[in-house]
Amino acid sequence: MTSTLTISKLTKRFGDVAALSGVSLSVAPGERVALLGHNGAGKSTLMKIILGLIPASSGEVTICDAAPGSAAARSAVAYLPENAAFHPALTGEEQIRHYLRLRGENPGQAAELLEKVGLSHAARRRIGTYSKGMRQRVGLAQALIGAPRLLVLDEPTSGLDPVSRREFYALLDELAARGASILLSSHALTEVEARTDRIVILSRGHLVAEGTLADLRRRADLPVTLHVTARNGYAPEIARSLPGAIVLEGALHLTCPQSEKLATLGVIAGLGDKVADLDVLPPSLEDLYSHFSQGGAR
Amino acid sequence: MNRILSTAGTEFRISLRNRWVAIAMGLMAVFSLVLSLAGSAPTGGLGVDRLSVTVASLTSLSVYLIPLLALLMSFDAIAGEAERGTLPLLLAYPIAREEVLLGKLMAHLGILAVAVLLGHGLAAGVAIWADQGSLAGLPALWRLSWSSVFLGATFLGAGYALSALSRRPSGAAGLAIGLWLGLVVLYDLALLSAIVADNGGWFTTEAFPVALLVNPADAFRLFNLTASGAAAAAAGVGGAADAIPLWQSLASVVLWPMAALALAAAAFRKVTP
Repeated sequence: MTSTLTISKLTKRFGDVAALSGVSLSVAPGERVALLGHNGAGKSTLMKIILGLIPASSGEVTICDAAPGSAAARSAVAYLPENAAFHPALTGEEQIRHYLRLRGENPGQAAELLEKVGLSHAARRRIGTYSKGMRQRVGLAQALIGAPRLLVLDEPTSGLDPVSRREFYALLDELAARGASILLSSHALTEVEARTDRIVILSRGHLVAEGTLADLRRRADLPVTLHVTARNGYAPEIARSLPGAIVLEGALHLTCPQSEKLATLGVIAGLGDKVADLDVLPPSLEDLYSHFSQGGAR
Repeated sequence: MNRILSTAGTEFRISLRNRWVAIAMGLMAVFSLVLSLAGSAPTGGLGVDRLSVTVASLTSLSVYLIPLLALLMSFDAIAGEAERGTLPLLLAYPIAREEVLLGKLMAHLGILAVAVLLGHGLAAGVAIWADQGSLAGLPALWRLSWSSVFLGATFLGAGYALSALSRRPSGAAGLAIGLWLGLVVLYDLALLSAIVADNGGWFTTEAFPVALLVNPADAFRLFNLTASGAAAAAAGVGGAADAIPLWQSLASVVLWPMAALALAAAAFRKVTP
């Protein structure tokens, strides 16, 4: 299967500052890719180049065999900008009808689209009266217009409450199941963890890591954290058999590399009744994210 | 074409809700009626019909009012989209930047045209009702109407260009007011003082006519006064109208809208969202 989006050795300079250096990436049909990175890592710049809003300094981008910004690419790509506030004097329905006409679609679909994002009740109210979350849903509704092959979503869930976020990701799953590729940026790492196929981490314009969550875990080889709760008074004794553990109010905290995890668990199991409880904490996405983005910064 | 019409429809709706339609029509109607009613006094002695006198007054009014209305409607066109964050979205849609501009122009110019026709229609109605001979002034009024729309297009284009250049609505508003003051008010003052200082020398004979033709507002006034032969009824710069052939001011009135829109398109093309 050919990929919907292919980026090779993309570099973008603003004067002397390199916003992106040598970024290569491809997104297959139906794939959901999360773009992570601190503020100023180049996420928005990358998105704007994909949309053809700004030219690249060097490198190549192709979207469904077309150049970014070409008529073919524009009609295949849907975009949700960060913090889009639509004209306050228009109603949600009027705004969506306008966007439908711009894409050459039947404006009669507006009601259906607003229904999908849960805005039917406010369709005929002016956007000026909407909350931030509701404006964000107008943005989502316009991104669903037509059958986009690629959705570029800049922080799509900012301003949405937890229930709306879940509904939003359900919509994305539906689109991905129909073959649409999705490239989204987010700061909410926990939702990205559960809802995307692949993670790409940008740091200072460099692509520092790319892969599934399991891939990244294996590659980072971050230590596992173990929390051991001792029965009354046994804490010092347990600490002697677990070198490197820190005793904190009757509980022990220790970390060990992935490779020694099972051996350490064996030692703890051998302590028998002296242990009241045990928690094993794998490295979180936050840990992975800071590991890779700091690695890139060095 | 569909995209341009949709943009125009949306812009028209926004102008309607922002009361721009009501403001433009109200201003044109009130001023036209006032001028038409007040313009009755001097007719007797001049031997001109009542409507022709009203047209001369309306010309002087339009020079101030039409550019102001056009700039106020247009300054937000691009800067507003940029501030709301919808500009990158709009430009990612399959619509060319020129189509965006044309759609907005169609809505704004339509509103201006309706306001102009309403005001002038009222003025004509009052004049003809009071004096049957006023029918003779209708061609002059019609000329004033369409050239007002051209003048509006020029300043709409200028407003879009300023909006694209400044990228912030507040900055664009400042530039728009500055342009209006400069071209409509200060320009004439500067020319008059230069003429007084020059005392009939090279500036008055050579540079002054060119200076009038270069400024779209002055060219508009010149065109209407020359064409209706009403120069005598108007004061000030109108006196210079005799020296400049009609085709020259007509060319300026017709060419300026195209130049201003080309300028707006060029400025908009340079905007990176």
